[in-house]
Amino acid sequence: MSPSPEVLQKLTPVLTKRWLSPDAWRINTYEKLDGYLGLKKALKSHPDDLIALVKDSGLRGRGGAGFPTGLKWSFIPQNDGKPHYLVVNADEGEPGTCKDLPMMMNDPHALIEGIVITCYAIRAERAYIYIRGEAVHAARRLRHAVAEAYARGYLGRNILGTGLNVELVVHSGAGAYICGEETALLDSLEGFRGQPRLKPPFPATHGLYSSPTVVNNVGTIASVPYIVLGGVDWWRQMGTEKSSGPMIYSLSGRVVNPGQYECTMGITLRELLELCGGMQPGHELKFWTPGGSSTPLFTAEHLDVPLDFDSVAAQGSMLGTTATQIFSDQDCPVYATYRWIEFYAHESCGKCTPCREGNYWMARILRRILSGAGTYDDLDTLLDACDNLLGRSFCALGDGATSPVTSSIKYFKQDYLDYIEGRKKPLLDARELVGAH
Amino acid sequence: MSYEELDTEENRGRAAEIRARFPEGRERSALLPLLHLVQSVEGKVTPDGIRFCAEQLGITRAQVGAVATFYTMYKRGRTGNHLVSVCTNTLCGMMGGDKTYQALSKHLGVGHEETTEDGTITLEHAECLAACDYAPVLTVDYEFYNNVDEAKGLEIVQRLQAGEVPHPDRGAEPAGLAGIGEQLAGYGDGRPGAVADNATGEPTLRGIRLAADNDISVPGFDPNTPIPSKEGK
Repeated sequence: MSPSPEVLQKLTPVLTKRWLSPDAWRINTYEKLDGYLGLKKALKSHPDDLIALVKDSGLRGRGGAGFPTGLKWSFIPQNDGKPHYLVVNADEGEPGTCKDLPMMMNDPHALIEGIVITCYAIRAERAYIYIRGEAVHAARRLRHAVAEAYARGYLGRNILGTGLNVELVVHSGAGAYICGEETALLDSLEGFRGQPRLKPPFPATHGLYSSPTVVNNVGTIASVPYIVLGGVDWWRQMGTEKSSGPMIYSLSGRVVNPGQYECTMGITLRELLELCGGMQPGHELKFWTPGGSSTPLFTAEHLDVPLDFDSVAAQGSMLGTTATQIFSDQDCPVYATYRWIEFYAHESCGKCTPCREGNYWMARILRRILSGAGTYDDLDTLLDACDNLLGRSFCALGDGATSPVTSSIKYFKQDYLDYIEGRKKPLLDARELVGAH
Repeated sequence: MSYEELDTEENRGRAAEIRARFPEGRERSALLPLLHLVQSVEGKVTPDGIRFCAEQLGITRAQVGAVATFYTMYKRGRTGNHLVSVCTNTLCGMMGGDKTYQALSKHLGVGHEETTEDGTITLEHAECLAACDYAPVLTVDYEFYNNVDEAKGLEIVQRLQAGEVPHPDRGAEPAGLAGIGEQLAGYGDGRPGAVADNATGEPTLRGIRLAADNDISVPGFDPNTPIPSKEGK
């Protein structure tokens, strides 16, 4: 069944628009498709006016936390005599999240153009794209695009004859989820183990090399040229008052047509399911993540929650990275939670005791439950561990780990009890402990 | 390989190029790319590789070792020609990745981060590879194969064992664990066609294609919309 006209109208292709042009990653094609027009326009404005423009647009960070972008930029102290830096967080790795890699593969110049505009606005002469190591295919395209942009005078010294200087380096990580956390990313970029720093001070004043630094997600920076070109009113016709603009929703799991759907912010899962052809035959929606595994699970009850920052928060979860992983009645929420906790235990950097130990023990308890040896006390112990984790670590990895545990116990306690009381066949005797170190 | 074979003029030159990507006095930032570079030469990070990084950056071997052991992609054990990574994070695992990993492990006779006797393949189970719309996925030298079930996974490794390199669904031809290190160190892919060889799959384009097929678009903007100026107010 094809989607209804009302639901189709929720599609707002902006950032994904050029993806349909097979050669948009080449600079010649990009230039024909409005490429670098935003930069030329921005360079005629005062940097402070650009910061005000992005503030007025209501753009919020696309990396998960949803912090207002213009506000973040305005925290950079000016005339402080220190070098400023822009660091783009391309360390995409939150389970379920898969929107930034296609962006960098199909339209890398949009990111580069956004970087140059942002550097001009915040008065930075150096920018780094920290891309996750495993994303070799996207990094390859990105490095090629950066070389093209240098050759065409959009990067380097005296950009387009305006006196602006921006050096841009694509820096590959080496396989550590924690480096998606902005301060761990900065430590990693400085050549250390990627471990988060205590905040405050925030990167805006003490970031890369203790200098004022803006850290923004790929999608955030790639949005900037459009806001510069189209203006605030045009941008704000999409989304809601407090969550403006389009957003790339990544649908995965038990749906007919998984993929990237750029829609107006505030679309619901019911509408997204209509766009992607619904659930696979024989599968009924059981649980889903609104924005990656670190956001508390939703269920079929939440089909009509508008997927914008504030509406999702009001329902006890988070918009996160709009990575909707969709699971069915044939998927076990206890096993899903176990596997996510194995992930958090593996990726915990070990700096904070609650996260390092909490995840280690939660994984063991979940394994015990799934092997049929769990007790009623195990559920209390899990919730107690979450209490001791939430808000008690330097960064959000620890907080995120509690999301699947507390939400799955809240909505699917019966599934846990089925293992504990022996109504469900133990799952882990039947299979190799994949991912268990 | 001896330290002398690693500490060549060419590699020292590359180390200098990598250091130059960072401001003066901040050369330690070159450590991750340098570790990728030594891994590309040796197939893994060895004590010699650690010494090379330390000497190029003027830090201690202990400082380099602490970093090398933190990151998953630096391999310290014996590695094969190709790295096969099967995503077994929740979604891929539940949609078939767990079964594929077990089948490959059984077929190859190795476990996580182990290498086959003939040295062709190192197997690992990976965490989320950011390709969930293609789940379940597998990568060879970090190039992507989409919707991999047991049969497809087995075919891929059997061909690798036979010395063939099956073309990935997305990405360029797998360059080998050693070959990919150079790109990870920040160098472009010199192989003709490799940058173009990056076919985007249907899931990436589904939303935009649905919009195009139904003539849905966001009303165009006027690129001359003025940017309000504080001074103009």
